[in-house]
Formats: sequence, C-alpha cells, structure tokens
Amino acid sequence: MLELRNVSYCVDDNNTQKEIIKNISVKIDNGFVAITGPNGGGKSTLAKLIAGILKPTSGQILLDGEDITEASITDRANMGISFAFQQPVRFKGITVKDLITLAAGKKITVTEACKYLSEVGLCAKEYINREVNASLSGGELKRIEIAMIMARGTKVSVFDEPEAGIDLWSFKNLIQVFENMHEKLGGSIIIISHQERILNIADEIIVLANGEVTAHGKKDDVLPGLLCGDVGCKTLMDKIEQ
Amino acid sequence: MDAIQKNLLEQVADLHEIPTGAYNIRANGGLAGRNTTANIDIITKEDKPGIDIIIKDGTKKESLHIPVLLTQTGLKESVYNDFIIGEDCDVTIIAGCGIHNGGKEGTEHSGIHSFIVGKNSRVKYVEKHYGSGEGTGERIMNPTTIIELKEGAYLEMDTVQIKGVDSTKRTTKATLGDDSTLVIKEKIMTHGKQTAETDFEVNLDGVNSGANVISRSVAKDDSYQLFLSKINGNNKCNGHTECDAIIMDNACVRAVPEITANHIDASLIHEAAIGKIAGEQLIKLMTLGLTEAEAEAQIVSGFLK
Repeated sequence: MLELRNVSYCVDDNNTQKEIIKNISVKIDNGFVAITGPNGGGKSTLAKLIAGILKPTSGQILLDGEDITEASITDRANMGISFAFQQPVRFKGITVKDLITLAAGKKITVTEACKYLSEVGLCAKEYINREVNASLSGGELKRIEIAMIMARGTKVSVFDEPEAGIDLWSFKNLIQVFENMHEKLGGSIIIISHQERILNIADEIIVLANGEVTAHGKKDDVLPGLLCGDVGCKTLMDKIEQ
Repeated sequence: MDAIQKNLLEQVADLHEIPTGAYNIRANGGLAGRNTTANIDIITKEDKPGIDIIIKDGTKKESLHIPVLLTQTGLKESVYNDFIIGEDCDVTIIAGCGIHNGGKEGTEHSGIHSFIVGKNSRVKYVEKHYGSGEGTGERIMNPTTIIELKEGAYLEMDTVQIKGVDSTKRTTKATLGDDSTLVIKEKIMTHGKQTAETDFEVNLDGVNSGANVISRSVAKDDSYQLFLSKINGNNKCNGHTECDAIIMDNACVRAVPEITANHIDASLIHEAAIGKIAGEQLIKLMTLGLTEAEAEAQIVSGFLK
C-alpha cells in the first residue's frame, strides 16, 4: 500500500513560493486507482513525487508502511515502484529490446519480449531491434513505455496519461492491458487520466484540483459527481465530453 | 606472440587466434605473420615500410586482416599500405592498431592507407584503435586514409576508437567516380586529457555519386575533440555529413561541417549536434532500477554501439 501523509510540494515562482501540491494525505490500496482533475491541478507532480523524481517540500511517502520519502529514484524502482512517463524519452542507439531487458532486470528472450510487445499491439519482430529514437512515433513510444512497465511487473505502477497519443491502437486494447496487469500482478495500478473510459474501470478515483484532493472514493461514488459537474471543473467536463 | 600482443589483437581485430583468409600481422615494426590467398596478394614495399595489397578482379566473400601491434615503448613508425582492389570484388578488410605502452616514452603509429577500389566492387573496411598499458608514455595514432572509388564502387568504412589512445589525428580523403558510394561511420570516445582530431574531405566528382559521413562521439573528463567534415559536390550527387556528440565533465568538442556545391544538381546536407546526456534519459533509466552511473554508462554505450 502506498500512503502520502501531509505531502506538500512548492516551487519558487518569481521569488514567491507557489504550492503545487497542498498538504495531501491519501492512502492508495491495491487495485486500480485513477487520478483525474483539471490540467495544472498537480497530477503529474504527484506522480513524480511517488516515483522520487521530485522530493516533497514537507510530508512523508510510505510504501507498505516503510518511509520512502528520502529514497532515491533508483531505490524506489528497486522497492517496486514503476513509472510510465507522459512524454516517453528517446535514446539514440538503445533498442526496444535493450529497454525491455533493462526493465525486466534480466536477459529476456525474443519470445518474452514478444509477449510484452504484442500486448501493446506491436509486432516484436518488427520492433525489437529498432532504436528508441526519433524514427518512432509518439504513439509507438507510449506503447513501448507501457510494455516496459509490464516487463517490470512491480507492486506499484504509475501511468501518466497513458492514453495520450496512442494513435491507431484502440482504447479497448489499452484498457485490456490494464485489466490483464491487474489480474497478473495485483498491487496498485495508478493511472492519471482524463478519459471517462479509463475512469470507468477504476476501483477508486482521486480528483486532484488546484493541488488538493477534492474527491476520493469508490468509482461508483465519485464518477457520477464528475460527470454531472458537482466536483469537477469545466475543463475536466470539456475533456470528458470530447 | 605474447599475452599482451594477443590481447591487443583481440581488441583491434576481434581475433583470438590466427585468422582464416589473407592476413598480415605487424608487431613492433616487424612481420609477425602473413598469409596470402589465390586472390589476395601481399607484397612488402621496398622503398618504405608497408605493404601493397593486390586483390584480383572478381574476388568475392574474402577477408583480409592487417592488424598492427606495438608493445615496445618509444617506438615511432610510419607505415604505408596500398590497397589495389580489382573490379567486381566483394571483400572485407579489417585493419586496426593496438598500442600497449608500459614505459615513459611515447609510442606512435602513423598508418597511411590508400585504397583504389575498382569498378563495381564492394569493400567493407573496419578499423579499430585501442591503447593500453600503465606507462606514462603517450600512445599516439595518426591514421590517414586516402580513398579512390571507380565507377559503381562502394566502400563502407567503420572506424572505432573507444579506449586508451592519448592523441590522434585522423585524416580521410576520398574521391568518388560515377555512381560510386562512400559510407563512413566513426565512433570515438575520449577521456582524461586525450585529444582526437578528425578531418574528412570527400570530393563527389562522379555523376550520381553519394557520400554519408556519420560521426558519433563521447568526450569525457578534460578531453578535446575536433570534427572537421568537408563534402564537395562537383557533379550531380548526394552528400550528407552528421556529427553527434555527447559532452561530459570538462571536455570540449568542436564540430565544423562544411559543404560546398559546385554543381546545380549537387544535393548536400550537414548536421551537427553537441550536448550533454539529457536529464530525462538518466531519470528514465533510474526508474528502471539503474543507478545514475549505470544509467550514464548505458546511454554512452548505446550511443556508441
């Protein structure tokens, strides 16, 4: 279980302290948790705080009761936290197989790589030796990013807007991937998303707006409110309607 | 051949033992082994150090190894190797120089390689440079490569210098005939106080000739790299030169690409990029469980792969 206790995160904005995350306390149990809310509400910042890319200004982060607030990105990765970037990174010379091998933490066969890549709709034969460079489209990179998280198979997986730019591959498949992951791995799957179809498969929904948790509960309790605009803001509603 | 020489041979030519096919092994200025085949002849020059390599017309699927090993500190040599490759050949030539310097004096090898590639022949030329040894004496290599491609010829040159060479000046000059193609891939890593200078000059003289010169390099510590690449389009031709460098620590990298079109149908492109390893690349690999140092090593080795 992942727990955030009184977590705040401030940045210096023209010599004034701007609070991006405001004293958040949440417990994230095993299961499928969607984090949603308006753009600029602090969702990606929260994901980076969980992965250790950012350190909170104050507060604590606990994984299975252990305080990991000071743990590095590497330590957290090895403790079982995975993070799929919203904007995947390109590497000259590093191949898809290299990245999946690093993610798996051991040598993998083409058949194993194929298992992960085919789940995200990519043909291993075609992709395994491709460099993860500018020759790949944004959508291809996103899918490789998801395949890496599957190869890691950790107890906490955080996805920052996995649906963005998924191009021709369908939403239905993406949702299937998350459901399969959930079934195989257990643990917590945390997905930052604006998409109703993703919110719809979540066990729990956390709404983050203006750096604060404005709603947190079972999907059936939170989602109707979001859809009729009680707790959501207009931006979110616009997104959901699209 | 002793253990040090065997190690150098493995580093520069991926050879664990005497190769098959034609070879000429030069060790500390002398001949350490030679084999010729029915199609590939090797003749010692009489007027200066070096060899003439003559490859007969129609020689296919044959390889030639010509490693140079230096383990004697203070040795300085210039070696002239001329390759005369006939028509319709398809051959692989593996050259390379390894210096092990355990002493105080500088050890220096200047290899001047000249290629004449006959009509419609394909040549893959692989060149590796490697230095080792605990001595304070410098390990210096100055390779010069002169290439002349006849009509329809193709030459691919892979040149790698990853470790241990203190100072290098690498000069490559090529002249291309009609329908000929030249591909050069250079990989360099420098560290400590090493310097590496590369100077390519390609003259696209023939109709439909083409050249692609690609350099990838990593400069660490206080090292210095200079990349000069000139392509002259003197006919209907295509030329592309690209330098991509990762800079680390206090290193310095200069990239000076130059393209000149002397013909209305010359199409030339140059690209040069120098930058440090992107922070997000390190972070991505760290989220996979690598330490920062491991992530850096992974990015560098991938880049130079």
